[in-house]
Amino acid sequence: MTERFDVIVVGGGPAGIAAATAAAQRSERVALVDEGAAPGGQIWREGIHAKPIRAAKIRKARLAASSVQHMWSTSVVDAKRDRDGFILLAEGEREPIVLRARSVVIATGARERFLPFPGWTLPNVVGVGGVQALLKAGMSVRGKRVVIAGSGPLLLPVAASLSKAGARLGIVAEQAPFASLARYAASLWRSPGLLAQAAQLRASFLGTRYATGTWATGAEGDARVERVTVTDGARSRSYDCDLLCVAFGLTPNIELARLLGCEIQRGSVAVDDAQQTSVPDVFCAGEPTGIGGVDLALVEGEIAGASSVGGKATAEQQGRRSRLRSYAARLDASFALRAELRSLATSETLVCRCEDVRLGALQPTWTSRQAKLYTRAGMGACQGRICGAALEFVFGWSSDSVRPPILPARVSSLIATAPPSSGEHSPSGVS
Amino acid sequence: MAQTIAITVNGRAMTVEQGTTVAAAILTHGAPSFRESPSGEVRAPLCGMGICFECRVTIDGVAHRRSCMTIARAGMSVVTATPE
Repeated sequence: MTERFDVIVVGGGPAGIAAATAAAQRSERVALVDEGAAPGGQIWREGIHAKPIRAAKIRKARLAASSVQHMWSTSVVDAKRDRDGFILLAEGEREPIVLRARSVVIATGARERFLPFPGWTLPNVVGVGGVQALLKAGMSVRGKRVVIAGSGPLLLPVAASLSKAGARLGIVAEQAPFASLARYAASLWRSPGLLAQAAQLRASFLGTRYATGTWATGAEGDARVERVTVTDGARSRSYDCDLLCVAFGLTPNIELARLLGCEIQRGSVAVDDAQQTSVPDVFCAGEPTGIGGVDLALVEGEIAGASSVGGKATAEQQGRRSRLRSYAARLDASFALRAELRSLATSETLVCRCEDVRLGALQPTWTSRQAKLYTRAGMGACQGRICGAALEFVFGWSSDSVRPPILPARVSSLIATAPPSSGEHSPSGVS
Repeated sequence: MAQTIAITVNGRAMTVEQGTTVAAAILTHGAPSFRESPSGEVRAPLCGMGICFECRVTIDGVAHRRSCMTIARAGMSVVTATPE
């Protein structure tokens, strides 16, 4: 099946929803594609029980009422430019879908940063946003002993959600030192709403210690995690737990942007004031342009969507984006990762979970490409999405270029773009 | 009263609320064992959002399906790599 559009928006979280809706104001041929079963991405994922956020409800309703053609449970695995625009190869639940458009908006969001430590591969060791996603997807934590250890503003709302869902929180450990957090809180004086929100969240799990300058050094257990040890650098303490949530902030999903040749700066997609990337007619909005939260994702999406169909950002949008970007910059500095986190893993600790590569098998002097060739680290199903950020933090290795398919794909999908007719490009990277 | 549906995991019946993913169903009602790593370690979901591929199980005969991205449907038959 091949379909032609003016714009294809890849990613149905806040940025993608905003972009598609904005583009639909000027074009009736806008598509929105997302891997998930429903709109919202991660942060606006509708929980099985939770009440939807008002802003999310309004924006999703606007999307539903628009002419945007949305495709859920659809993963983009390859993309290239041809003389008419772009061809995107996607996989639905059963069949390949070939999509063509004059412009593309990349709104692929972010994933969590995981760092290896002894025991991190035990069952029931999950991410922080990860446990939130699982909760929304129907997982029960009632009566379960849970420990959260990691970094970032996500720790607070997730602790609150877990508490509300009946979990028994042992401790919430933030690796950033108290001084950094105090400075961050102080910088929020301009947004009293955010401060009030933070206080409210903290209040919902007052019985649990929220420790700063504290991090997990190891998890133990037989067939699943049973215990975690945390330290503040001076003293260590162990907590029995059924579920351990450990993640260190977010990192952009930029694989599709790389595949299309977009310039990447410091791990984010470079965009101009119209949210256009270095590749003409490819736009980017939300976390891939730099981790900045939902409100920034929304305004960037609005601007990208408008730009993709020949419109322009309004003065209000420009002002809003500017304010939100400076908030995002402060976030980065406050939750910088401490040096101790680089040496948690021992030589026996697995770094690449897909291919079971231990830290000891990797030479610090290698590049990530050499690691792939000599040990298969980064060559597994996740294509280095999990170990990549860790290896960058531990060894300073930067990510390689990407090759299609950018997600494991069915052979039938790859065959779908094999050229029978003239004028079409042959699929690249199929070996 | 929320609508429930029934699936089987490794031959065992499981009743879950409509809208639950296969991963959430297994983590709630079963043992946290989804996949076996190359060196034989038992694995369960890490990222919860389709990135890590640790949650892969066989669903209705199709292998390597990310259970955290798959909504449970009535009558679904799930097989994990390491049945309890």
